Amino acid sequence: MWKTILRRVLIMIPELIILSILVFLLAKAMPGDPFTGSINPKADPAQIHHLMEIHGLYDPWYQQYWNWVVHLFHGDLGMSYEYQEPVVTLIQQRGANTLWLALFTMVLTYVIGLPLGLYAAHHEGKLQDTLVRVYTYVTMSIPFFVVLVLGIWIFGYALNWFPTSGSVSATASGLGATTMSRLGHIILPGLLGALFGTVNIVQYLRSEVIDAKHSDYVRTARSKGVPMKDIYRHHIFRNSLLPIAAFAGYSITGLLGGSIFTEMVFSYPGMGLLFLNAINFRDYTVITALVLLYGFLNLMGTLLSDIVLSIVDPRVRIE
Amino acid sequence: MKRDIEDATSISAEDLGKLTKEAAAEATPSRARIMWGEFKADKPAMVSLFVLIFFILFVIIASLFINTPKMIQTNLMGYYAKPFTPEYWLGADSGGRSIAKELIVGSRNSISIAIGLTIISSTFGICWGLVSGYFGGMVDLAMQRVYDFMMIIPMLMTIIVIVTIIPHYNAITLTLILSIFYWMGTSRLIRSRTLAESQKDYVAASKTSGTSNLKIIFREIMPNISSLIIVDTTLSFAENIGVETGLSFLGFGLPMGTPSLGTLIANANDPENITGYWWTWLPAALEIIILCLSISYVGQVMRRATNAAQRRGNEKN
Repeated sequence: MWKTILRRVLIMIPELIILSILVFLLAKAMPGDPFTGSINPKADPAQIHHLMEIHGLYDPWYQQYWNWVVHLFHGDLGMSYEYQEPVVTLIQQRGANTLWLALFTMVLTYVIGLPLGLYAAHHEGKLQDTLVRVYTYVTMSIPFFVVLVLGIWIFGYALNWFPTSGSVSATASGLGATTMSRLGHIILPGLLGALFGTVNIVQYLRSEVIDAKHSDYVRTARSKGVPMKDIYRHHIFRNSLLPIAAFAGYSITGLLGGSIFTEMVFSYPGMGLLFLNAINFRDYTVITALVLLYGFLNLMGTLLSDIVLSIVDPRVRIE
Repeated sequence: MKRDIEDATSISAEDLGKLTKEAAAEATPSRARIMWGEFKADKPAMVSLFVLIFFILFVIIASLFINTPKMIQTNLMGYYAKPFTPEYWLGADSGGRSIAKELIVGSRNSISIAIGLTIISSTFGICWGLVSGYFGGMVDLAMQRVYDFMMIIPMLMTIIVIVTIIPHYNAITLTLILSIFYWMGTSRLIRSRTLAESQKDYVAASKTSGTSNLKIIFREIMPNISSLIIVDTTLSFAENIGVETGLSFLGFGLPMGTPSLGTLIANANDPENITGYWWTWLPAALEIIILCLSISYVGQVMRRATNAAQRRGNEKN
């Protein structure tokens, strides 16, 4: 067990190093420098030159990379040129928004996906099963950003049920009102994300439960006279649900990737929107920090899933 | 005695013809036949297939008659022209550009990129999976590490960064950039099937008789998993339509002046457009939905055809 985890963590380290170098070089290769546009149009080239020198932007790349890594380990990701704020503060503010949305979406995904998968498996081969299959086929096929646009059009603008931008309304005051407002802003994107993100859970759970239904231990239980309801509750579900838990880590990757679209369509001030803005303003420090953070989170997500899987399913353990 | 044997073994031409027919009827039908039978048995699949073929042909042919440089010029007279008029079938956008024309050219661009992306990334993914699965051991381990690394890269962000770095890019460069990031799904699928396949006797036999590895991989294993390849390619085609359009929607896909379904949908990013001028983006959105649904339905039917237990095509026999 511990061997598996240790091995996974050891593999992680070189991956992180390569990723960080890659990210750093990509950001360096971006055209333009962060000062020319931002100070003022009449700025003296010599002054810009001076600024570039202070920030070490003329050093060779490995030197700059090393400085960056040293600062990284001190929790210093640099200053955002655009916002004139430390990147860490920026990410803390925006990250919380993205995190709430992602968590909310994930919980909803499980709330919708688990019953659907069980329901489909329970009614294997019947009309209900077909309906669920049609649902997964439709949600799997349509590109998510189209769903977001249609969703915000119908429920945001036309029906006016949900707010169409921001993370909290400006008029909300007090803890209760603010929380409600926050919730109001993530319901629609969260719901859309969840409705269109259940495919894996539903399909996996359905096939797991159907496999279990025809397995020997279920037949034994039935022949002993255990009611089918109890077999489902105590045997089948328990065995089929555990591997599903392991999906949580993997789904982080998907949620983060989708957060750029969601946040853009809903003008939701999270990390995805921060990234898009940073790209437009050539805000290197923010870009590198965000790409690295997303990569790190992907890594943690897969690590988590692998660990959970190896606990649940001893076959994947490395000896 | 001798005559008896001759009588028993000699077959008249008539009998031979009959027997051949019987054998042909009993033999496993070819893969193409199975798939065709499956489509014939499933009416919606047939409809999807024809809608797809007709639509792609229509878009390619119609776009030949559209003067693209002229189309993307602004025309103040047509400022947000209403749809369903003889001049503007689907209305016009803020620049007075005809949405119908943009839709046709945009569809052609988006579909071409999706096809290009599917061909390049699938070919690479298939080769990667075959090599990794066939050789196993250290080769597989090294290739798996690369795969793992590709999986942790924040794909969308990295693509956006690369697109901003490259000063002048066009549809082809964009397709190549995207291909770097979309081969992993295919490679994993092919690898696991190849792993199973290379344990089989025919591979061992072929190895013993001295067939080269390359020949075993591409002439012996690949044909055996070709149905899987066809299905996977179709399904990734549906997915890939979303890739380019999504990027263009964010503003990092096809360069300005090259219409795409994604840039059309991006009209919806303006709060005034989304409600007031719905015709600027809704047709493109609906088109993507219909395209993706029919492609992946075709894929689903093909997948069913590869699995004898789920086939519907042979129910009649």
